[in-house]
Amino acid sequence: MFGFGILSGLLVLPLVGAGFVLLQKDDEAGLRNARWGAFWTTIVTFLLSLVALARFDSTKAGFQLIERKGWLGEQIVYQLGVDGVAMPFVILTTFLMPFCIAASFHSIRTRVKEYFALFLLLETLMIGVFVSLDLVLFYVFFEAGLIPMFLIIGIWGGARRIYASFKFFLYTLLGSVLMLLAIMAMYWTVGTTDILKLLAYKFPSGMQYWLWLAFFASFAVKMPMWPVHTWLPDAHVEAPTAGSVILAGILLKMGGYGFIRFSLPMFPEASLYFANLVFALSVVAIIYTSLVAMMQEDIKKLIAYSSVAHMGFVTMGLFTLNTQGVQGAVFQMVSHGLVSGALFLCVGVVYDRLHTREIAAYGGLVNRMPLYALVFLLFTMANVGLPGTSGFVGEFLTLLGSYKANTLVAVLATTGVIFSACYALWLFARVVYGKLEKHSLEAIPDLDRREMALLVPLAVLVIYFGVQPNAILSMSQASVDGILAAVQAGLGGKLAVLAQ
Amino acid sequence: MNQVISPVPAFGPALPEIVLAVAALALVLLGSFRGDGAKVLIDRIAMAALVLAGLILIDQGPARLSTFNDAFVVDSFARVMKILTLIGAVVAIVLSDRFFAEEKVARFEYTILILLSTIGMMMMCSANELISLYLGVELQSLALYVVAAIHRDNAKASEAGLKYFVLGALSSGMLLYGMSLVYGFTGSVTFPTIAKAVTGGHGSGVMIGLVFIVAGLAFKMSVVPFHMWTPDVYEGAPTPVAAFFATAPKMAAVAMTTRILIDAFLPILKDWQPIIAFAAIASMGLGAFAAIGQNNIKRLMAYSSIGNMGYALVGLAAGTVQGVEGVVIFMVIYLAMTIGVFAVILAMQGQTGTRMELVSDLAGASRTSPGLAFVMAALLFSLIGIPPLAGFFGKFYVFAAAIQAKLFALSVIGILASVVSAFYYLRIIKVMYFDEPAPAFRNSGLEIRVVMWASAAFVILFAVVAGPIRSVAEAAARSLF
Repeated sequence: MFGFGILSGLLVLPLVGAGFVLLQKDDEAGLRNARWGAFWTTIVTFLLSLVALARFDSTKAGFQLIERKGWLGEQIVYQLGVDGVAMPFVILTTFLMPFCIAASFHSIRTRVKEYFALFLLLETLMIGVFVSLDLVLFYVFFEAGLIPMFLIIGIWGGARRIYASFKFFLYTLLGSVLMLLAIMAMYWTVGTTDILKLLAYKFPSGMQYWLWLAFFASFAVKMPMWPVHTWLPDAHVEAPTAGSVILAGILLKMGGYGFIRFSLPMFPEASLYFANLVFALSVVAIIYTSLVAMMQEDIKKLIAYSSVAHMGFVTMGLFTLNTQGVQGAVFQMVSHGLVSGALFLCVGVVYDRLHTREIAAYGGLVNRMPLYALVFLLFTMANVGLPGTSGFVGEFLTLLGSYKANTLVAVLATTGVIFSACYALWLFARVVYGKLEKHSLEAIPDLDRREMALLVPLAVLVIYFGVQPNAILSMSQASVDGILAAVQAGLGGKLAVLAQ
Repeated sequence: MNQVISPVPAFGPALPEIVLAVAALALVLLGSFRGDGAKVLIDRIAMAALVLAGLILIDQGPARLSTFNDAFVVDSFARVMKILTLIGAVVAIVLSDRFFAEEKVARFEYTILILLSTIGMMMMCSANELISLYLGVELQSLALYVVAAIHRDNAKASEAGLKYFVLGALSSGMLLYGMSLVYGFTGSVTFPTIAKAVTGGHGSGVMIGLVFIVAGLAFKMSVVPFHMWTPDVYEGAPTPVAAFFATAPKMAAVAMTTRILIDAFLPILKDWQPIIAFAAIASMGLGAFAAIGQNNIKRLMAYSSIGNMGYALVGLAAGTVQGVEGVVIFMVIYLAMTIGVFAVILAMQGQTGTRMELVSDLAGASRTSPGLAFVMAALLFSLIGIPPLAGFFGKFYVFAAAIQAKLFALSVIGILASVVSAFYYLRIIKVMYFDEPAPAFRNSGLEIRVVMWASAAFVILFAVVAGPIRSVAEAAARSLF
């Protein structure tokens, strides 16, 4: 229609849904329409993304489903497209959104319409990040996500929501504006911000370092990497459950996606040059934040710190610049999106009942909530990286890749796996095991049907991807190989390992 | 210039100004016979004249016209900036009716003074030599001195008017002194001749003259270090007047600064670039930090406008076509955002009609007046520069031009200042959306709601229409080079 393709459809659909939600009346029936309207919008968007997936040929390395229109003149264009790296994230986004909407049906009681409209707006912006093939367009989507997230944390968040929302906004903005300047510099150097043309351009080495650093400032905050991760625990703790799911599930992935899409193929020399810096920061993130996670008294904060540690594996894997590392990083991001999303939903389940996230307020839940204990155990194990769950594949591949690139890094990072087992299992033991001693827990009901419907599909996928990782790996294989070939070409054979 | 000088100059290029001047004089007569009771009629005629002037401008097409022996030029750049000025003037009149009626200071002179200052501003946009430039500046300034103090029984308004007058007179003096030095050392007052005279090298006289001229212009744009009058005037003047001060005169001041620096002094770009870059950095920095402590929205907007003029100067400092293009785009967006914010301030009225202008008065507005809060939030996010709102594109083009001109330090400092400024804009959003509701506002007048929603729609939908606006700005910028 009007020359727009399926990816534009993915961007427009949630906006239409948001408009529908906002038009509802404020009475009981109107709010029900708003809830279900939002839910079905996300379902239809997910189905449309599956159609896009069906039309997508994962054996090809380049971009597909491309649409192009003039926008700010002919140099800065409205161009969309996906490759094997972007596709998993698009599906992950559309897949997680119905869960976020459904998880908010009962927990959100005030300003319901605005809440669902903001989530739908956020969905458009997140999909936009992964399908943009123009750097300015990418930046628009990347940055615009701040608005709905700021409002979601600030309006529906916990006690310290204002502090958390400001910290989130200002941290992320500070990182991004430097990337904006780098985008401008690239624009004047190449004469366009068309990503296809930028990928084909070889930036002079001296310039690469500066551009790489500017992009790094943005993506490192978004990932988040140590030491600029401190906004994440605050944002996670204060955000409503669905906000945390989106934050951990998708927003954090934008940083990793940015590294694969821009930093590696466009600035290969700088990527190689700074790889050791990234390794060092990643290892610190893996070990230090795991230790910090161990000492947390708030369940959400603990999971937030564990997210930082898991993102450490991602950055480490990406900058190994070999197939295993990068593929592992992509897989780890998708897997973490599912697992951490599910963990936050699990926290939301008990939070809705007791309205506290203090670990000390719980204990012995297994006696009253056996189903919950089972599901929570599965996701805890996936978080630890137990073989058979999706968490294992990503960690294993990134470690494999980093062993090849830098053995010391791999050895140090592996200790992080042990620490992650410590904090995750200890958390599980304190919350679920033991005697049920607290009076407040005596009448706590087990998972209801809605909660089961939310958690079971995620559990199935986590196990499915654990035993059948090729479902994701084969999708991204050709594109990752293509990107690494471009890196190799950009380096002019400086990295012998890649030649194999 | 060896062309034959006709004894009667062509009036066509100056027709919009002539229409406005005739209208202003006729309205003075009408007003003095019919008294303040005729204010509504006078307002309508004045608006019709302003719209007519705009239509004539559009009708002139893209050609470069000049008259009065090339002292007065109308090119695409002048046309765009004049239309922006006219929009600011129309809005200042639209927003003023109800306000002055309620405050019982409905004086017909207000509208006529707005018209007169608008003529001055349009001359500033078109002036191609120092004398016509100065005429324009003085016409707009003298009218504005009176407008600032129009609420003469109000102590704050009188103080604002007096401050503005004293400092304004000083700056006009500096401007004139600079002009005389430039004339003395180059032997000409017309811009192209000055440009020729300074091309091969110049003495320190021209340099000193240039510094004085820039200082005078900086005052008119309210750029650091000549910004001191701005917060007091914005706070003290009646809100519609402050809205006018924040929009139309800024368009004209930026237009004349751009024209004089590009047309007359481009050959000595290296000399004025550091001055403009310094003023830009200082303005952006002051705008970002000084607004943090403000609780009065008008005062806060004054610092915000100082900061915004700093961003405009970033584009100008580049001294390139792209830089001027960025300035034009930035000013279009700045105009829309500022008009919108002042319309919101005018809509902040308690149930009994008391006027409110504190940030805390907006508490919980998202629940008591969701429409107002939404418009304000959109404008504020735009002022921060978050895409896809208009403010982002304004900043994008000025900083892109600075990057192209390799002004890296200026760009980095400026963009970091924009992050700092995000804090105080966010604070207003926080008050509106996160805090418990304060007493609700009463429903505002239709014209205020129209202005509010129009500016919000512009800010939100800018990304869609950005392409055509950019080509207009590019054509305007090219006409200067």
